Amino acid sequence: MMLQVSDLTIARGGIPVLEGVRFTLAPGQALVVRGPNGIGKTTLLRTIAGLQPPVSGRIDVPPESLVYAGHADGIKATLSVNENLKFWAEVFGQKDYSKAIEVFNLGPLATRPAGALSAGQKRRLGLARLLVTGRAIWVLDEPTVSLDTDAVAMFAHAVRGHLATGGMALMATHIDLGLGEAQVLDVAAFKAKPLADNDFDGAFL
Amino acid sequence: MIALLLRDIRLAMRAGGGFGLGLSFFLIVVVLVPFGVGPQSALLTVIAPGILWLGALLACLLSLDRILALDWEDGSLDLLATSPLPMEGIVSVKALAHWVTTGLPLVAAAPVLGLLLNLSEPGYKWLIISLFLGTPALSVIGTFGAALTVGLKRGGLLLSLLVLPLYVPTLIFGAEVARRGAEGLDATTPLLMLAGITCGTIALLPFASAAVLRVNLR
Repeated sequence: MMLQVSDLTIARGGIPVLEGVRFTLAPGQALVVRGPNGIGKTTLLRTIAGLQPPVSGRIDVPPESLVYAGHADGIKATLSVNENLKFWAEVFGQKDYSKAIEVFNLGPLATRPAGALSAGQKRRLGLARLLVTGRAIWVLDEPTVSLDTDAVAMFAHAVRGHLATGGMALMATHIDLGLGEAQVLDVAAFKAKPLADNDFDGAFL
Repeated sequence: MIALLLRDIRLAMRAGGGFGLGLSFFLIVVVLVPFGVGPQSALLTVIAPGILWLGALLACLLSLDRILALDWEDGSLDLLATSPLPMEGIVSVKALAHWVTTGLPLVAAAPVLGLLLNLSEPGYKWLIISLFLGTPALSVIGTFGAALTVGLKRGGLLLSLLVLPLYVPTLIFGAEVARRGAEGLDATTPLLMLAGITCGTIALLPFASAAVLRVNLR
């Protein structure tokens, strides 16, 4: 099982943002995607997650092996922490979500409505969802936003545990997680050249 | 799939879920019509099937933008799209959940409200049958409209404009079944047409909704 991206060109709103992106992720490896704001990190991750088609290039990923976590956590405010996790576990055909509660220390909050959680607690719940999916490849977009130092450590611990069991993680983040083994991919090097401005009629057609 | 259905129904029942929205709108419309028409029970009997159907249709329309917009706002839709559930299944289940929380209560409430409109006695059976057969089509067509407008802020207006023309055949045949039934005439033909529309939309529209949703999530 491997995630292999070769010669990938991705576009946002019809305009190519990154081209020639290539990397390989093997079991037990983590890859941190870096780059300035607006370079196309989110677009890259959404393309790999299958939410949008690439312009060209290949993404080789085993079917049913990937889980995506975006900027929004997908939490329902009127459901309790338990109910939220149970729902996602069932969607992914899993039953046990107690490990996720334990790893992200959600036990004391388990019966609270998710709407009553703080921003950081919500994020922890959103990240706990990754553990209940049972998927091998985690694709994470800014996973540490609004987390405090302890929670970041909790998250780093969860990622390390996931990698140790042969999982993979691909994440866009700006802070140092203390994952010494993680490789870094600076996507600024793949910035697409601006389109040649010869399509004058195009704007009117 | 069942988890998604149960979640949607549970969300609709909880605070702010909008479970009572369609039902109370239906109630208000039907209660107010006799005041507007005046105390003419013979006239009310004539217009009762049409008013009841129109009320049910508008009540359905009122809650359509909640089907997908809430899931889109909190990011659940992205996560569902990357989950093992097929997109066609997601939109079908969402339409079913909408029908259970909106259409079914309308069917149950219609006979009581028919009393307020002096609906003729043989009409009750046909009203319930026609609403039971017709409201699933309203939910499925509505889900298609919701999928078309999911990324738009305040897409409710556009959604109504897109969906209303698609509702017309269901309204025509549904109200016709109820009217013919109330007058004691044979209602088989419009009933078959109504059933056909419902079956057709349930069979075909989820594919269109799923395709549209995939484009909208890009």
